[in-house]
Amino acid sequence: MMFVETIADNVTDWVPRLLVGLRSTFGLTAGGFCLAFVLALLIEYLRSRRNPALRLIARLYIAFARGVPVLVILYLLYFALPGAGITLSALSAGTIGLAAVSGAYLAEVFRAGLSAIPTGQREAALASGMTPFQTFRLVLLPQAVRHTIAPLLINLVSLLKDSSICALIAVPELTLVSREIMSESFMPLSVFALTALLYFALAWPASLVARALEQRLHRPAAERDRGRSKRPAVEVTAVG
Amino acid sequence: MSDALPGLIAEALLTGALVTVNVTAGALTVALAIGMALAAAAVMTNNRMLQTTIRVYVEALRNVPSLTFLFLLYFGLASLGIRLPSMLAAIVGLGLIGGAVTVDIFRSGFLSVPAGQSEAAASIGLTPFVAFRLIVFPQGLRLALPSLGNYAVALVKDTSLVAAIAAPEIMFNARQLVNETFETALIYGSAALVYLVLTGAVAQFTSLVERRLEVR
Amino acid sequence: MAADTLLEVANLGKTFGHLTVLKNVSFKLDRGERVALIGPSGSGKSTCLRAINYLEPPTEGEISLEGQLIGRRRNGQPMTDREMAPQRAEIGMVFQHFHLWPHLSVRANVALQPRKVRGMSRDDAEMLAGDLLGKVHLAHKAEEMPQRLSGGQQQRVAIARALAQQPKLLLFDEPTSALDPELVGEVLTVIKELAAEGRAMVLVTHEIAFAREVADRIIFMDGGQIVEDGPAKAVLDRPKSPRLKQFLASLKLGGADE
Repeated sequence: MMFVETIADNVTDWVPRLLVGLRSTFGLTAGGFCLAFVLALLIEYLRSRRNPALRLIARLYIAFARGVPVLVILYLLYFALPGAGITLSALSAGTIGLAAVSGAYLAEVFRAGLSAIPTGQREAALASGMTPFQTFRLVLLPQAVRHTIAPLLINLVSLLKDSSICALIAVPELTLVSREIMSESFMPLSVFALTALLYFALAWPASLVARALEQRLHRPAAERDRGRSKRPAVEVTAVG
Repeated sequence: MSDALPGLIAEALLTGALVTVNVTAGALTVALAIGMALAAAAVMTNNRMLQTTIRVYVEALRNVPSLTFLFLLYFGLASLGIRLPSMLAAIVGLGLIGGAVTVDIFRSGFLSVPAGQSEAAASIGLTPFVAFRLIVFPQGLRLALPSLGNYAVALVKDTSLVAAIAAPEIMFNARQLVNETFETALIYGSAALVYLVLTGAVAQFTSLVERRLEVR
Repeated sequence: MAADTLLEVANLGKTFGHLTVLKNVSFKLDRGERVALIGPSGSGKSTCLRAINYLEPPTEGEISLEGQLIGRRRNGQPMTDREMAPQRAEIGMVFQHFHLWPHLSVRANVALQPRKVRGMSRDDAEMLAGDLLGKVHLAHKAEEMPQRLSGGQQQRVAIARALAQQPKLLLFDEPTSALDPELVGEVLTVIKELAAEGRAMVLVTHEIAFAREVADRIIFMDGGQIVEDGPAKAVLDRPKSPRLKQFLASLKLGGADE
């Protein structure tokens, strides 16, 4: 009984502090996502250019961002950059680091979104007299957006989880705050369970929505194939 | 820069890399074991309770950051009197999270094996369990390989977090060395390179295995 | 003759690297004339059709619509897609795999071109779309999404979409080849109605009996070249070249002829 009371008392002390940490978590996540989005567009732009040097830069960047842990990138940004004269705040370093990694994944999402559209649709649009820009705006882009919303959401959830890593460069976000509370109260189970619950409450609904969107996107395919022959274009010997 | 520095860096990073590899291997084993077992059970039985339990496990561990979970495990168990050594806690923690990830990968793999395969197996008289073991499981495994490879790469990167629970892996050693020598760019840059090599090796290995299994 | 000529294809050639797909293809189409392009797989007939609206830019030769050169600027340089857009707007194409835009309703698919390319108001475009959908007997499906329609229905919508351009010329690229057999008839019926209206069209098809019924002229291609070109019934009933004879014979061997 007393045990439960102690926890209840503490929780009411902890929650306000945790919520302050959560604010930083939001800042990191939202800031990182927006920056990652812009970065991904930039990478896609580089990849679409004819100049092989630009495409190589994009490829190298993606390889680096996918092969190096977030923590290392954060350390490089926060601890190593000052040596080159650029001093970032922990929050900035955190945001940029998260964006750097997320941006590489988002670029892949964008590329997949565009290439999932059958080329015939572009041809049909051009054949009807639409300019390439109209084709992009009216036919390709709306579909690409549809294809990418679910992956974007999933990426956002990843960002939320990765924001916890910024605790290790002393950004006062949720996980760092929870660590501090733990060392003061010596009640790690309650503190971290509560923290985990907070993350879960944010991440889980978003994951569910993303999954629902993905299901809705892929179901119509079954209906699309109704009445469509799966044979290749018939040869001369076909029944007339 | 002193002459001893490159040697110190190499020593710190390589001993750390060894720990990284150990933790990765351990966690991977745990994750694959859990994932395979639960996925097989989920696909073969229709037990509602089992399916729900698995769902709860998966959703819980996939929507919580790895670092937070590691803290929960390491410090939480300590407060209950169970003081796990850092490396063990790292393996168990990352392994449990990995299990949640691989369950879905394996399930997806098993379910992607065309239904006709099971039908053919049933029609020659194999019991469901044997049919699963001989027909669905091997093929599902092959289908799951690319996603498993992705997971393995992510796992290598996640091991960088276990420095926070005092496991002497790459980042832990790197940080100590930086505290002594202040060569931040050089040391952390080299650490990044080491990770690139490790993740690259895992990716290559996965491709190799994929190719080998295809030839058959 | 010149006043009636709608389409002129002159010395059309197309090579992909070392592969020559079209060689010296020349023919004319008058206003209201209906031409069917037949031939075995790989004969180049689809490539020829797609060259007309420059979806496959030819490596040699010229295409003219009503005397205007398509796809090339005055100085002979090839045009960009943007420059070609107004020319393509005059030519309606129906594809083998329909290529309806899945994010738009059936009506929106048909109304898109009149609205965005011809600049019609939304109401006018939607009314036009409604009329054309009625013409292909699909008015009741106007608000549906394309994925919910059968293949035959989708192809009819695609035809309505091409008609919405109010084109001078219609191009059909094997319009029924991707359909299940029982759905082929409904599409052929619509094409027959369009032919009866006297619309100029080039129809690439494997449905030889249908071509005989609907086309004024038949062009038989083989190996990237035109082998025979003449009035439909004459070409099919009295083939002159050995290759055409062989082609027609193999059709009879393969299955029932209508």
